[in-house]
Amino acid sequence: MKAPAFDYAKPRSMVEVFALLQRHGADARLLAGGQTLLATLNMRLSEPALLIDLTGLAALRAIGVEGQVLSIGALATHSEVERSELVARHAPLLAMAVPYIGHRAIRNRGTFGGSIAYADPAAEWPACLAALDGTVVAQGPGGERRIPARDFFRGLYQTALRADEVLAACELPCTQPNDWFAFDELARRHGDYAIVGLAAAARRDGRALRSPRFAFLGAAATPLRATRTEALLDGRALDQAAIDAALGCIKSELDPPADPVHSSAAKRHLASVLLKRVLEKAR
Amino acid sequence: MSAASAKRTIRVIVNGEARECDVEPRTHLVDCLREELGLKGSHLGCEHGVCGACTVRLDGEIVRGCLVLAVQADGGDVRTVEGLSANGTGRELQRAFVARNALQCGFCTPGMLAAALELVEQRPNATRTQVREWMSGNYCRCTGYHAIVDAVCEVLAQGAAAKTITGATG
Repeated sequence: MKAPAFDYAKPRSMVEVFALLQRHGADARLLAGGQTLLATLNMRLSEPALLIDLTGLAALRAIGVEGQVLSIGALATHSEVERSELVARHAPLLAMAVPYIGHRAIRNRGTFGGSIAYADPAAEWPACLAALDGTVVAQGPGGERRIPARDFFRGLYQTALRADEVLAACELPCTQPNDWFAFDELARRHGDYAIVGLAAAARRDGRALRSPRFAFLGAAATPLRATRTEALLDGRALDQAAIDAALGCIKSELDPPADPVHSSAAKRHLASVLLKRVLEKAR
Repeated sequence: MSAASAKRTIRVIVNGEARECDVEPRTHLVDCLREELGLKGSHLGCEHGVCGACTVRLDGEIVRGCLVLAVQADGGDVRTVEGLSANGTGRELQRAFVARNALQCGFCTPGMLAAALELVEQRPNATRTQVREWMSGNYCRCTGYHAIVDAVCEVLAQGAAAKTITGATG
């Protein structure tokens, strides 16, 4: 189908963006890579009066490191994240996850910030942000504020961003020696929406994982940290008994919503398969 | 603020030629190419980013032409199958597609060629598995894909052979 009629503005400064948001309120939508928004407009799932194209704001595109923090500008495309040596060095979890995102043509256009702001629970970046305990940098007319990932995802496509704010960047702690990461995902076709996926991070300590963080995608209305399973494994030697206990725990901890193809029970099982895979590889 | 349906003038380089046209903001790139500029090579299948038939190159990278607004391409460089297959590796891919029967109805072929060209250029050492993964963003409802993968692998192998010969003589 064709998108409904809308007006289009391509501001050159954040001040202009805030003025447009203030003037048009809920009738305006922010446009970044458009790989979700334009598809939903073509399907006429919404009819905004105005699209505010952010892609003229070059300052929102940078990937950089300051101190022990990797910052990814909201407009960095998935392909730019994929190519980034800084990302590969300081946030290997992202490098592991990026090949699972859509297809090449979509990765060339879709943005990191767009994926976080859209907060699709089946998307890869929100789960990575949750697993890394990252931070969202939001800019509004009153200034900038930082929102931890655990407070950012509020519900299905719901975030802590206010209507007058723009997601400017995400900040991730740079990886340290002995950090461990894993990413795995199940989909019917490579690049399609995940049935379920797992972004995992921890610090290796001998045979154990310290402060493990397991963030599941496709398993709830938001990216979901399996905190009970994390606590159960924290510091425990990763032997068969520990893995079995974790698999038992994850099945009781997750209650994924069914999708048109997979029952809740099937998704719960598949989530445990992913956890099993990454833990056995970590041994 | 102008009315939503008011047309904007955009200027784009299409297949090396400077073009100008008036489009509504809602018009996506492939509708502009087909309806305003008369380039019917780029096809529209699903129009929501799933099938890949609309794949074109924008500023050097393949994109879903149905998920880019024509106004967003203003000032950009667009290459469609008409330009991509005129010569060089694109032409070679087109020849291999014909030789290997990598199309029946041909509807997906322009998008397949655009996607395959970026693969051959950026991942000249891609394995067959990597070819399948890369091309998985493009649907074909006729061939069952094997012939398409064969054609892409043939062009990759030619590139590798050419490099070996150049290396041996140079």
